[in-house]
Amino acid sequence: MRQKKSTEVTVGLFVILGLLALFFLAMKVSNLTSFNDEPGYRVTAEFENVGGLKARSPVTLAGVRIGRVESITLDSDTYSANVVLNLYASFSTLPTDTAASIYTAGLLGEQYIGLEAGAEEEFLKDGDVIELTQPALVLEQVIGQFLFSKAGGDE
Amino acid sequence: MPLIEIRDLHFYRGDRAIFKGVDLDIYRGKVTAIMGPSGTGKTTLLKLIGGQLLPDQGSIKIDGQDVHQLKHAQLYELRKRMGMLFQSGALLTDISVFDNVAFPLREHTDLPESMIRDLVLMKLQAVGLRNAKDLMPAELSGGMARRVALARAVSLDPMMIMYDEPFTGQDPISMGTLVNLIKRINQSMGLTSIVVSHDLEETMAIADDIYLLSDGRVIERGTPETLQNSSSEWVKQFMEGLPDGPVSFHYPGVGFEDDLLRSKAAK
Amino acid sequence: MDGIQRLGRWAIGTSERLGRGYLFLMAILAGVPSTLMRFSLVIQQLYSVGVLSVFLILISGLFVGMVLGLQGYYTLVDFGAEESLGVMVALSLVRELGPVVSALLFAGRAGSALTAEIGLMKSTEQLSGMEMMAVDPIRRIITPRFLAGFISLPLLAAIFSAVGIIGGYIVGYGLLGVDDGAFWTQMQTKTDLYADIMNGVIKSVVFGFVVTWIALFEGHDAIPTSEGVGRATTRTVVHSAFAILSLDFVLTALMFGEV
Ligand SMILES: Nc1ncnc2c1ncn2[C@@H]1O[C@H](COP(=O)(O)OP(=O)(O)OP(=O)(O)O)[C@@H](O)[C@H]1O
Ligand SMILES: [Mg+2]
Repeated sequence: MRQKKSTEVTVGLFVILGLLALFFLAMKVSNLTSFNDEPGYRVTAEFENVGGLKARSPVTLAGVRIGRVESITLDSDTYSANVVLNLYASFSTLPTDTAASIYTAGLLGEQYIGLEAGAEEEFLKDGDVIELTQPALVLEQVIGQFLFSKAGGDE
Repeated sequence: MPLIEIRDLHFYRGDRAIFKGVDLDIYRGKVTAIMGPSGTGKTTLLKLIGGQLLPDQGSIKIDGQDVHQLKHAQLYELRKRMGMLFQSGALLTDISVFDNVAFPLREHTDLPESMIRDLVLMKLQAVGLRNAKDLMPAELSGGMARRVALARAVSLDPMMIMYDEPFTGQDPISMGTLVNLIKRINQSMGLTSIVVSHDLEETMAIADDIYLLSDGRVIERGTPETLQNSSSEWVKQFMEGLPDGPVSFHYPGVGFEDDLLRSKAAK
Repeated sequence: MDGIQRLGRWAIGTSERLGRGYLFLMAILAGVPSTLMRFSLVIQQLYSVGVLSVFLILISGLFVGMVLGLQGYYTLVDFGAEESLGVMVALSLVRELGPVVSALLFAGRAGSALTAEIGLMKSTEQLSGMEMMAVDPIRRIITPRFLAGFISLPLLAAIFSAVGIIGGYIVGYGLLGVDDGAFWTQMQTKTDLYADIMNGVIKSVVFGFVVTWIALFEGHDAIPTSEGVGRATTRTVVHSAFAILSLDFVLTALMFGEV
């Protein structure tokens, strides 16, 4: 009987260890935590080109993460991308003339939206639109322009 | 009405006929012995009765139920009332002697552990192995393992027991005890027993009814006395253990001389 | 002519085995409800199938993670992307290496032991003896082992991945000086709970099902001799490896195919 009890205890420990590992994968490794962000407020930004930006990409201000991209849709009138940002409620003091740009982390890193605070007295509210946007740098375009200007310079 | 009725039993292993039309009756409360040369299919017959093998033709009825027509659950119900002592013992190797004997009780009853303990010790006492209860099956001799298996086979107090060679590997003392035990179990509990054995003397001593099998058929049937006085060549040979006679000691096939000649020719 | 005949015999033999394997699985599954009523049987098996594999899984997971850390670092550093080391290690482990390597190890450690155990029980007439004691060996012996394998492997695979990620972190942060914060945050933004982690878990559930099934079937179908059981054990490891790797391809195509 004693042996049976110790078997049960070790099996219990094994199951706990396995569940802890799963918990670790869910909480520490995956984006589960960023799913359950504190409910924030939404603002929209219109970009000419979003490059490799995806839903759930980070939104940062001065390098600090303050929200994430909620959705990206195409505006069929203007042929530009409508990006909905979900910003944490604790950063509710962004001026209305804040600018949004799409950056790449490192040469091959992921793309994210960087915000730069403006100087207006009024703050962005839920449903507002960020007017000042700068599209993603598309590497081919940059290289193309570089080559073009080179060629132009040689003439 | 007999407890077990076997009618026109045919059974094949591949192309080889093990049984070619066997009729056999086993009566309630009696000890029926089944004898025959090694390899005739005595073990196979017990497995057919237990529903572990399917006959190719014919039927086996136990208590009026055709064993091979039963549904899974019904077959298992029936088996609860049958005990079987395997030729090899078939003890569960990863649990102790005690747990082996307790196994059927724990599986099929809700008895409290203290009562199970008493029952198990009683059965082990009967086979003289009460003090071996904590040994593992690997620590038993062949004969001891067989006796533990016997204790296990009777632990549920079944209505019938099939003993496959219970006497093999027993010394004269435990042999005598086993003979008495089987007899006693049979009488005191009104059990039906089927004993498969080669040991003439012991079998004669306990059997009420003897069947001699050979070459897929029942050769002779009768009480020990009638068989002893039988005039049949075959029975005489078997009873007296003569090497020559109608029963061949050899597995059927080509003759020895032919085989030798053939291997020479091949060279 | 001879070759064609042999091919034919092989094909017939194989389809017979597949049929028997299928029926065997159905019998196992039919035993699940009654086994759940006696969960202590499963717990015993969780010990021999799961607990006894933990040490192997921990050590292997740690080293695989550390190697991933090293290899990943040297590849990524050339692109100046060593901050993505966490993502690389985590995704490789969670999507592929965790489920696949732990299933392969599981087949070698627990699967072969299951086959040998069942094969020996068959050859020593223990299964047959149980049948005659009116105890269905499928329900008493096979199904508890099946459930234990099926439960154990996903847990083992999760342990493998978790330890591997820690191994990668030890090498990346401790040895090679990758930025601590970047390692974890990049990993967290790029690893999706459903698309990556849950799919990895689903893979290991499928592998656990298949490996345990193969192991038990081979044992139950073994020729009851010492040679037969030996061969069955080998077949368990070989067939499990085939099954794991080919199923991994199919599952990967199904899960991660459409981006
Ligand atoms: N699993 C099997 N596969 C093929 N043939 C078998 C198998 N088991 C037994 N046989 C064959 O069936 C025949 C009968 O075997 P069985 O074990 O019933 O003999 P037996 O009468 O009990 O012999 P013994 O007195 O030696 O125990 C044997 O000739 C054997 O070759
Ligand atoms: Mg026999």
